[in-house]
Amino acid sequence: MLTKLISISLSAILVENFIFSKFLGICPFLGVSKKMDTALCMGLAVTFVMTLASAVCWGVNLLLVRLELAYMQTLAFILVIASLVQFVELFLRKKSPALYRSLGIYLPLITTNCAVLGVVLLNVQESYGFLESVVYGITGGLGFLLAITLFSGVRERLDYSAEVPECFEGFPIALITAGLIALAFMGFSGLKMV
Amino acid sequence: MNTLNAVLLLALLGGLFGLALSYAAKVYEVPVDQREERISEILPGANCGGCGFAGCGGCAAAIVSGRAPVSSCVPGGNATAVKVAEIMGVEAEIQELKVAFVRCAGGSTGQKYDYDGVKDCLAATLVGSAKGFQLCEQGCLGYGSCVEACKFNAIHIIDGVARVDSDACTGCGQCAAACPKKLIDLIPYGVAVSIPCSGCDKGAATKKLCGSGCIGCALCEKSCGHGAVRVIDNHAVIDYTKCVSCGVCAEKCPRSLITLDARFIK
Repeated sequence: MLTKLISISLSAILVENFIFSKFLGICPFLGVSKKMDTALCMGLAVTFVMTLASAVCWGVNLLLVRLELAYMQTLAFILVIASLVQFVELFLRKKSPALYRSLGIYLPLITTNCAVLGVVLLNVQESYGFLESVVYGITGGLGFLLAITLFSGVRERLDYSAEVPECFEGFPIALITAGLIALAFMGFSGLKMV
Repeated sequence: MNTLNAVLLLALLGGLFGLALSYAAKVYEVPVDQREERISEILPGANCGGCGFAGCGGCAAAIVSGRAPVSSCVPGGNATAVKVAEIMGVEAEIQELKVAFVRCAGGSTGQKYDYDGVKDCLAATLVGSAKGFQLCEQGCLGYGSCVEACKFNAIHIIDGVARVDSDACTGCGQCAAACPKKLIDLIPYGVAVSIPCSGCDKGAATKKLCGSGCIGCALCEKSCGHGAVRVIDNHAVIDYTKCVSCGVCAEKCPRSLITLDARFIK
């Protein structure tokens, strides 16, 4: 059991990273990665939502299967995710107004972050149990956190020191950088857990 | 039957989450002064910092709590002040419109040394004599620290000297704060004459250092019928409380330094 959990974690963080291998959640990855601290907060918020969504959606899925309504999964999951994001928004506005402002439009956009929907749908697809689902949610989120933090570090450096040709400034060089980091992450694909 | 189940289930889930959220909204309620939100909408939203608060949100909060006057927003000008005053239920005092003005026309005849560091005014004033690399020690360095500071795209480096687009300028004063040479002043909008020089060298020295600088000949001072021009520290300075924008001083200037804006001559 433990080996399986470790295998799931490693796979979610490194080998099958949501950003660099599955290409899910690219919108906030590109949108909120200009500054390291906001990127970090975005990563944490997504991790939080992914974990909760995995747990809640596991229960919802159980209910759906029992009622033979498995075809309603996507719809029901989106409902869960939207509510969770709303909750995170309420919570942040109360507890950390500064963070709430700096995340701006990207906070409600976690609703449409396909990495979150991706993680719960994959949980169903792989027929993970409750613990496995939650672990996959956490580690999938951590993978996202790792990706966006690494990327924002590179982008900060690009902004301050590198002499980027004019035609590549801004988004073009960011996309190229993302591609290069994704290539580097392909190196993890040799990693195999028995 | 199955369809009914599906509908019922979704309605149940939706209702459940809705209830949970409305409870959470009560628990994590943030009291917001409606006026603050409305003022935030009126403010320009450039977050220039010209009011002295952290962004437009900070300014709105300060106005509502009475820590700042309704006319705090410089870029917004009188139009904004009037609208804000309406929300706050007070009378707005009309302020004079101001714009930034760079007191240097460029034209330095050379450089003291080759500067090859970071292309930034502040960095350039940190090396050597701490006065920059231009022969004229008061001159604009032309690396555009003011351009970076401007949130309104109103100041640009043209031919190596910072130039203000007075129609785009809102008078927030961020460029003046950014200039390490303290070259930028706020002057009233709509005056015909301005003197783009702040050189402190004597006339003969200035002629060697700069192709356009003020030599302190005081012809403008003598020609002005209103006592508005004075030569202070070897360069002419206009007192805008006395200036009537007649443009006589500009005609007399032997260096053709005094800039004349034909639109505003009276």
